[in-house]
Amino acid sequence: MYKSLPLHKREGFLVIMKNIRNFSIIAHIDHGKSTLADRMIQYSGVVDARNFKDQMLDNMDIERERGITIKSQAITLPYRSKDGKEYTLNLIDTPGHVDFSYEVSRSLASCEGVLLLIDAVQGVQAQTVANLYMAMEHDLEIIPVINKIDLPAADVERVMEQIDSELGLDPYTSLACSAKEGTGVEEILEAIVQKIPPPKGDPKAELATTIFDAQYDPFRGTIIHCRVIDGTVRSGDIIRLMHAGTTHKVEEVGHFLLPRQKDVRLSAGEVGYIIAGIKTVSDVQIGDTITSDRRPCAKPLPGFKESKPVVFASIYPIASDDYEELAVALEKYKLNDASFVYQKDSSIALGQGFRCGFLGLLHLEIVQERLEREYDLSIILSVPSVRYRFMLTDGTVLYIDNPAHYPDALSITKSEEPYIRAAMMFPERHMGAVMKLCKEKRGENSSLSYPSPGRIELVIEMPLADVIYDFYDSLKSATQGYGSFDYDILDYRESKLALLDILVNGERVDALSQIVFRGTARERGLRACERLKEEIPRQMFKIAIQGAIGGEIISRTTITPYRKDVTAKCYGGDITRKRKLLEKQKKGKKRMKMVGSVAIPQSAFVAILKSDNT
Amino acid sequence: MAPGLYIHIPFCLSKCDYCDFYSVTQRGKIPLFIPSLIREMEMYRGVFGRFDTIYLGGGTPSLLGADQTGQIIDALHGTFLFSDDTEVTIEANPGDLTREAASSLRATGINRINIGVQSFDDGTLALLGRRHGAQEAISAIENVRGAGFDNVGLDLMYGVPGQEFRSWLETLHTALSFAPEHLSCYQLTLEPSTPLGLKYRSGEFVPPDDDLLYDLFMKTSETLEEEGYVHYEVSNFARGEEWMSRHNSKYWDHTPYLGLGPAAHSFSGARRWWNHRCLDRYIEEIGRNMPPIGGSEILTSEQLLLESLYLGLRTKRGIDLEEFWERYRYDLLQERHGLLNIIQEEGLITIWDNHIYPTRRGLAMSDSLSSL
Repeated sequence: MYKSLPLHKREGFLVIMKNIRNFSIIAHIDHGKSTLADRMIQYSGVVDARNFKDQMLDNMDIERERGITIKSQAITLPYRSKDGKEYTLNLIDTPGHVDFSYEVSRSLASCEGVLLLIDAVQGVQAQTVANLYMAMEHDLEIIPVINKIDLPAADVERVMEQIDSELGLDPYTSLACSAKEGTGVEEILEAIVQKIPPPKGDPKAELATTIFDAQYDPFRGTIIHCRVIDGTVRSGDIIRLMHAGTTHKVEEVGHFLLPRQKDVRLSAGEVGYIIAGIKTVSDVQIGDTITSDRRPCAKPLPGFKESKPVVFASIYPIASDDYEELAVALEKYKLNDASFVYQKDSSIALGQGFRCGFLGLLHLEIVQERLEREYDLSIILSVPSVRYRFMLTDGTVLYIDNPAHYPDALSITKSEEPYIRAAMMFPERHMGAVMKLCKEKRGENSSLSYPSPGRIELVIEMPLADVIYDFYDSLKSATQGYGSFDYDILDYRESKLALLDILVNGERVDALSQIVFRGTARERGLRACERLKEEIPRQMFKIAIQGAIGGEIISRTTITPYRKDVTAKCYGGDITRKRKLLEKQKKGKKRMKMVGSVAIPQSAFVAILKSDNT
Repeated sequence: MAPGLYIHIPFCLSKCDYCDFYSVTQRGKIPLFIPSLIREMEMYRGVFGRFDTIYLGGGTPSLLGADQTGQIIDALHGTFLFSDDTEVTIEANPGDLTREAASSLRATGINRINIGVQSFDDGTLALLGRRHGAQEAISAIENVRGAGFDNVGLDLMYGVPGQEFRSWLETLHTALSFAPEHLSCYQLTLEPSTPLGLKYRSGEFVPPDDDLLYDLFMKTSETLEEEGYVHYEVSNFARGEEWMSRHNSKYWDHTPYLGLGPAAHSFSGARRWWNHRCLDRYIEEIGRNMPPIGGSEILTSEQLLLESLYLGLRTKRGIDLEEFWERYRYDLLQERHGLLNIIQEEGLITIWDNHIYPTRRGLAMSDSLSSL
């Protein structure tokens, strides 16, 4: 049913490194990455037409729907080149959001080249540039590919000029294709063989393998996705994860064909998987180095970072009876998402739940969506927060990411919040809008550079709290989609903080509380009230929404009740119909959380943070 | 409580643009329908206890000749038991109510007549696709009074596109000038499958907004109560409690009823079933000696509770909390304490003497109230 690997890769044969190409496709959103990957997969014949589906590498429904890649994926494509030789092309697909930039960097570290995909109509975009820089950092061969040349508005010449002027690449190295129609795909495959260098490395050296992803398989445990830099790993070997400090016995190694294809070994230059009886993905850190326990390499491969959650929120079941079910779902979910952390938590308004840590807000939304879809749970999330630091009068240092644990104001001697160093790149004409945005977000210590004419790189320090929620979206609107954004966590800095409470009809809703910067607290309170007014549907009674700091009301809004809601006729035949409608409404209400007598929809808890321009 | 008996007469001269009740215009089928109806009665002989209401609805029951109506009523009496003071209602179109027709209806034993006046404004009547004019409606009322009917109900409609607030009040006052025992004031519902509903969806007109509808509802209720009428259900008013529709009240307090004729619904206290909404199929299945039932449901106690809430809060009767506890073992006051307090403060309900009563404003919100 599936085509097997070329001869040189069959069991028992030695790997011929010069016939391997490891590459990734990077692109601005919607420039056709998944479609091009699909065409290459089809061309290679690794999957037949019957088993093919669109966005082959995007396994999750969410990925297909949102058109984004969340998990890294890899696939091995057998290819017979015009030179008559059989090649093994390893395509490593990367996530496309700043929340996952570390994962992207690990994937790129496993490649020798990239296809830089550019839409023939839209031309070079922010993410194109950001991706290019990331690829350059990893010293990768870059092949510009102009996609969507079939569209009537395609302007290949203009895009070629941009490749020259804005990217600083030789436009004559670029290829043109229509991934949709499948034209130009063969030329791309040929260019991958001709231009991207084969991997280097010594199969006989000490084992050094970089992990770029890990996925959970209910039957086999963790499947490590990796690239062997040096050495060879065979089933039966004892391997050591250098940062984790754990050892495991290799059960199986192999390649990412469809389905996975077992092999006796993975050698330097190869991309593949390792199964070593590791129960959960949390035991495997992305970027960790795998070496041999018996003959370890001298030091781990560079670039490892421990993935740390930066955004925290509590998850509660909408129906408190579902708590156990939620606990089971989180445990299962965690098996496949090492960057997600959680622990028990409880709220007065929302009952028993879990405090969770995420890489960013997109990560949070993805977890929420997956819990609802894959585990059929109705959940509610409290307002997301970063982790603050407090020094108390008794000398203790507290890290607080949950507003419910905000210390007594009188006992605080110093409060601090996390800062980041943000790097943004955007066209010069958006300078004013971006600076205004950064000022609103309390940016400081900015520095500017001009990497290419007309393009600005802005490095600026900002409090993380002001960035996590909607900064990326705001930046995109400030730059008409041309702004790219990346950040590193810097340090903690002193800041005046306050606990903003929200009262709905006089009742404090602890899950809506947030820790805020004192200087903008009033604004935040007002915004929160207004957002809630938009999110909470009118009900049959008046709803007062108030923002309060330490008992002082700082903002308020009112949702006026509606006055008329009645069906005129109700006789023999109408009663069943009406009851069914009521039953349906009741079901719909299950997606709302009752706070006192007010039904608050799930969306309110996240929406409270979004600012006006998104 | 004694069960009620409903007969659906599925014939009309023509279909009105707003109506989604089941009816056909093929009057040629009346001679086939009546024997089927009588056979259907036979299928339920002995199933229900003694009835104390008969309601001939439709369609247009007044379209039948008095002899046909008499035949149906006689057959009912030959099949079922009725109490002596049975309320016998017929729905009638003004156009059918000549003095003679009214008298012969009275002779069949019908003691209550409900006239589909809808409006005393010719423009509104035309928009609704009614066949009669205002003058005809006035004659019809005079004719039924003349024939000795002392329990007359008028159906009126408001919230009609283009209808002025004042025009509605004029219709209301004209209606009051006849001192009817009963008034049904329906806000126009734009049913999706009707010609008017389709026109609405294609944007041919904009219906009155909720604020106007609310004002109309409140004004109607105030006006009629000032005139001594009891606003006893969302859309129904009686000139004293003794004139409330005994039959329709059964729908609202879960009293069992038997519905005969196509599309008619029946309720036994736990089960609800309904006949085929198709005259031909109705006749055909009865011809094969089968009950012409299109569907049925057995209500769980939870569903009954939900209906009870909904129906109770549509009526002046409200909800008897003790009875509610007896029936459903649900302490409404305890369980929904917070919300009940709020909506009492909002003036939508009154909690008094172990009852929850909807206020006038509460009736205007009764769909929401039922989501208690």
